[in-house]
Amino acid sequence: MSDRFSPSGRVVVTGMGAVTPLGIGPENFWPRLLAGESGIDRITLIDPSPYTTQIAGEVKNFDAADWLERKEARRVDRVIALGVAAGTLALKDCGVELDEELKDQFGVMIGSGIGGLWTMQEQTHILYEKGPSKLSPFFVPYMIANMPSGMVSIMHDLRGPNVAPVTACSTGANAIGDAYHVIKRGDAVMMLAGGSEAAINDIGVGSFCAARAMSTRNDDPTVASRPFDVNRDGFVMGEGAGVLVLEDYEHAKARGAKIYGEIIGYGMSADAYHVTNPHPEGRGASSAMKMALRNAKVTPDQINYINAHGTSTSVGDVHEVKAIHNAFGPAASNVLVSSTKSMTGHTLGAAGAIESVFCLLAMRDGVVPPTINVEEQDPECNLDVVPNIAREAELNIVMNNSFGFGGHNVCLIMQKV
Amino acid sequence: MSQDILNRVKKVTVEELGVKEEEVVTSASFTEDLGADSLDVVELVMAFEDEFGIDIPDEEVGDIKTVEKAVDYISKKLG
Repeated sequence: MSDRFSPSGRVVVTGMGAVTPLGIGPENFWPRLLAGESGIDRITLIDPSPYTTQIAGEVKNFDAADWLERKEARRVDRVIALGVAAGTLALKDCGVELDEELKDQFGVMIGSGIGGLWTMQEQTHILYEKGPSKLSPFFVPYMIANMPSGMVSIMHDLRGPNVAPVTACSTGANAIGDAYHVIKRGDAVMMLAGGSEAAINDIGVGSFCAARAMSTRNDDPTVASRPFDVNRDGFVMGEGAGVLVLEDYEHAKARGAKIYGEIIGYGMSADAYHVTNPHPEGRGASSAMKMALRNAKVTPDQINYINAHGTSTSVGDVHEVKAIHNAFGPAASNVLVSSTKSMTGHTLGAAGAIESVFCLLAMRDGVVPPTINVEEQDPECNLDVVPNIAREAELNIVMNNSFGFGGHNVCLIMQKV
Repeated sequence: MSQDILNRVKKVTVEELGVKEEEVVTSASFTEDLGADSLDVVELVMAFEDEFGIDIPDEEVGDIKTVEKAVDYISKKLG
């Protein structure tokens, strides 16, 4: 290869795509999010009647054939199709013209918390009902959690670094943070980065029911996800995918790309405490936020908005609020904090990426999406949670929190350019 | 060649390989003309087994490289 691009050390976002329970593509979901609409409804992808939780945030009117060739569309796992859709939207949005040299320096990092759970469910069924000779040769390729990343690279001929992080519900945020570092150190000029999840099926819903982690407010789906409200009773599952185009700043500037924002901070930590429960004092969460603030070289009072992890579980929300107080000190009383999971549900491994898209749109438009269903705010969640109504505010620097089973904590900081 | 078997082989092939019906001519090779890779062939053979209620042992898969050969093979199997 000829001269490689020399990295500027700054990484900006020049494209984004997301497929969410509130719509496909920002033009469809963003107005609904600002209007405080809920994407939660009775589950239709399976018959939910045997399960204690029968509601979720499904991506409606999604047809894999709109995004993949016919043969693939018919058989790929839904998690791959959603990831490909978000990746393709993002790539189109960034407006880059791909040449052979750039393709070698254009990577993909799209993770999934769980992977191809539809394939897992269907093929396990076949194994026990019909025997091993009827297992599909596509079981392995469509079940493995790195295939959304692989498939996007194959479809668009992107030949740079390709990895898929798997850190449960912090997967999407880890992908963005790790891809940011790949570009920063000069191993790629551009990266598609994000997460995809499609686990609203029998085994997925049944297992989270078994863990007693989800809201059972089946009769009133749109108010079931209620982070920071005193009557919250668990998270509501969502599905979807979010992908950002990350790009070296000088490269983006040279081609006249539109820039949504710059990634400036990335913090990570482990609770080192329990497989599913967060640390009671939010120890790991606050150290991830502190790390992100440190490497972004900003102080807590400079953060205008936090898109919280805020899953609507009784303990999780309180621990995150404690962690924010711990990391922010007195600045916690001024920062706007909202949980968009109140509207989308918890899209698990896609959440960190979908919510990064929301953060960038919030900065672009100077408006914070609300936390809906806050009827009586939990006194233990004593922050400005932007209840129920979107709020206009000048947003220059924003933070996005994501935490996952296993005790993973991830914090991203983005700023306006 | 049985017209019924041919029609069903065509139908399964169109579905499994995502090709157009007019492409599935009798002389067409699944891998060379219809774009099937090695995994596609395994899945296609399983779909034939389901459609016709037969078993196709791995060592005989090599005998059904084209649409015509598949029809012949299946006809023989069905007696």
